[in-house]
Amino acid sequence: MEICLFCSTLGEMTCWKVVKSVLILCLILVPIFVWMTVWNGPVHYLPYYLPCPEIFSMQLQYAEEKPAQLFTELFYPQPRSLDQKRRDVLTLTPWLAPIVWEGTFNSKLLDSAYKPLNLTIGVTAFAIGKYTMFVGRFVESAEKLFMKGYRVNYYIFTNNPQVIPRVQLQPGRSLSIVPIKKYSHWQEISMRRMEAINRHIAEVSHREVNYLFCLDIDMVFHNPWGVETLGEMVAAIHPGYYNVPRSQFPYERRSSSAAFIPDSQGDFYYAGAVFGGLVKQVYTFTRACHMTILADKANGIMAAWQEESHLNRHFFSHKPSKLLSPEYVWDDTKPKPPEVRLIRFSTVNKDYKEIRD
Amino acid sequence: MSPWMAPIMWEGTFNRDILNAQYRQKNSVVGVATFAVKKYVRFIEGFLGSANKFFLSGHRVNFYLFTDHPEKVPSMKLAPEKHLFIIPVQNYSRWQDISMNCMDIISNHIRSHWRYEVDYLYSMDIDVQMFEHIGVEIIDTLVGTISSWQYTKPRDSNSYERRPESRAAIPSGEGDFYYAASFYGGSVSEVYKLTTACFKGVTEDRANGIEAKWHEESHLNKYLLYHKPTRLLSPEYYWDEELPIPPIIKVKRLSSVRKDLKEVRF
Repeated sequence: MEICLFCSTLGEMTCWKVVKSVLILCLILVPIFVWMTVWNGPVHYLPYYLPCPEIFSMQLQYAEEKPAQLFTELFYPQPRSLDQKRRDVLTLTPWLAPIVWEGTFNSKLLDSAYKPLNLTIGVTAFAIGKYTMFVGRFVESAEKLFMKGYRVNYYIFTNNPQVIPRVQLQPGRSLSIVPIKKYSHWQEISMRRMEAINRHIAEVSHREVNYLFCLDIDMVFHNPWGVETLGEMVAAIHPGYYNVPRSQFPYERRSSSAAFIPDSQGDFYYAGAVFGGLVKQVYTFTRACHMTILADKANGIMAAWQEESHLNRHFFSHKPSKLLSPEYVWDDTKPKPPEVRLIRFSTVNKDYKEIRD
Repeated sequence: MSPWMAPIMWEGTFNRDILNAQYRQKNSVVGVATFAVKKYVRFIEGFLGSANKFFLSGHRVNFYLFTDHPEKVPSMKLAPEKHLFIIPVQNYSRWQDISMNCMDIISNHIRSHWRYEVDYLYSMDIDVQMFEHIGVEIIDTLVGTISSWQYTKPRDSNSYERRPESRAAIPSGEGDFYYAASFYGGSVSEVYKLTTACFKGVTEDRANGIEAKWHEESHLNKYLLYHKPTRLLSPEYYWDEELPIPPIIKVKRLSSVRKDLKEVRF
């Protein structure tokens, strides 16, 4: 009734214009009103952006690994068919990937095959924020014990290049500093490693190295780490879970995550601190992990152990071609069990609260 | 596992389902070269029949059968993924010559057309039968089988060729395993290198008027000492019929057929 009276006084054309503008105003004001009443506090959004097109469209040329090698070392104890050097541990996975324990290999024999190939091995390590304090000990111990006699390139990713100490390196070894951005949360820093490694391979390391290892910086070498660890795709078994049934592995158990592994599945629990392989394989692997990390971000979920959960998911579907025993990634807070005869690479004691900000 | 980290295939060391799943993604073709010359044609039926059932069942295999009597090859129905190619070959008067020239024939065929047809190539003796499944665990870059006669012996009593004049000579104090020439293989490029190198050794020995103790098997052993296989097959994969089976051999997958050697070789 009122509208009719109103319209009849103004005339029909203007009447419609008024109705339309009122409706439009409502359409704008009502959502604002609803948002203001429903919004109950600061919402925490993790930074999210689309993957960079230039990485994924790059075609990379890689030097292929020579498959069967020439062994020139001829004097060594005879291998016996019925002899198993290590009867206390599993040395071969069901998919025929060797598990590297002390006693399963002959270093001199392997060196005789690998040295002539003139390989360069890359190592990536992330030293962000206060973690730069670990660089010195890491590189010094690596110089003495990591791939001795081979060409090695260290790539230290950091947000603070000035504080990286200059360590004296052996001939044939080099260290380059890769500047990257520091994120606000340590989980974010940890998960962005996959993307950073992937990008770095695409831009730099695919030309410089044949094999690449991605290691944690807050660790030290205690015993030799040699070419027995080289393989197409290499993962290391986590020291805390090598003797534990798979239902107790800290896999991501929420099915909404892309890193989900159900209770009845899984081979081993792999450590996020050590992985590597042929540069080409590490490239595909880090890309796949980064994609699942982004998928989780889009769904607002973060996996239980950040990129380690995604790493485990990927290694379950695309099994590694070689496994490193916990000798290669040990936790010094644990007592040494008899099956671990040598500790080669292990954590440095630190106060997590103090370092992680 | 060997000291150079090549897995040794024994029953129980592998899970064939996982390996099958990985292998199927590659869409590869495997070739098997085998020779049936003179009286050995009688073994063709047994070989093909058992191979059809047990060798890489479910996967594509091309059997290349070299024979001097193509008409004597029985017609057999093979599984859909398996194909048989009969290739006529000349025979030699001495069985040792037939044996040693196998390497040359294989390497020529690889060069001319097998490298386009198959990804992996295996050479097997014809006088064998299969009793258990032999699957994708044998597929790798360079594969050798440990001899059933010598898998427990110390290296100095292995039947390596010891005379230094021969190209196949392995001095005492050296050597890993004694490999059987009845079953070896690998990727096409590796087998090409192996057969070319072995046959070169054979021809050089012939020129010097010497013949290795176990013919091409001695040359094979010399090659595999330097170019160590990336995967080893236990004696389960080639068991000589004349030997009694010890408890360590849980599964006899492939075994030679009982025969009178004198009668069949001449």
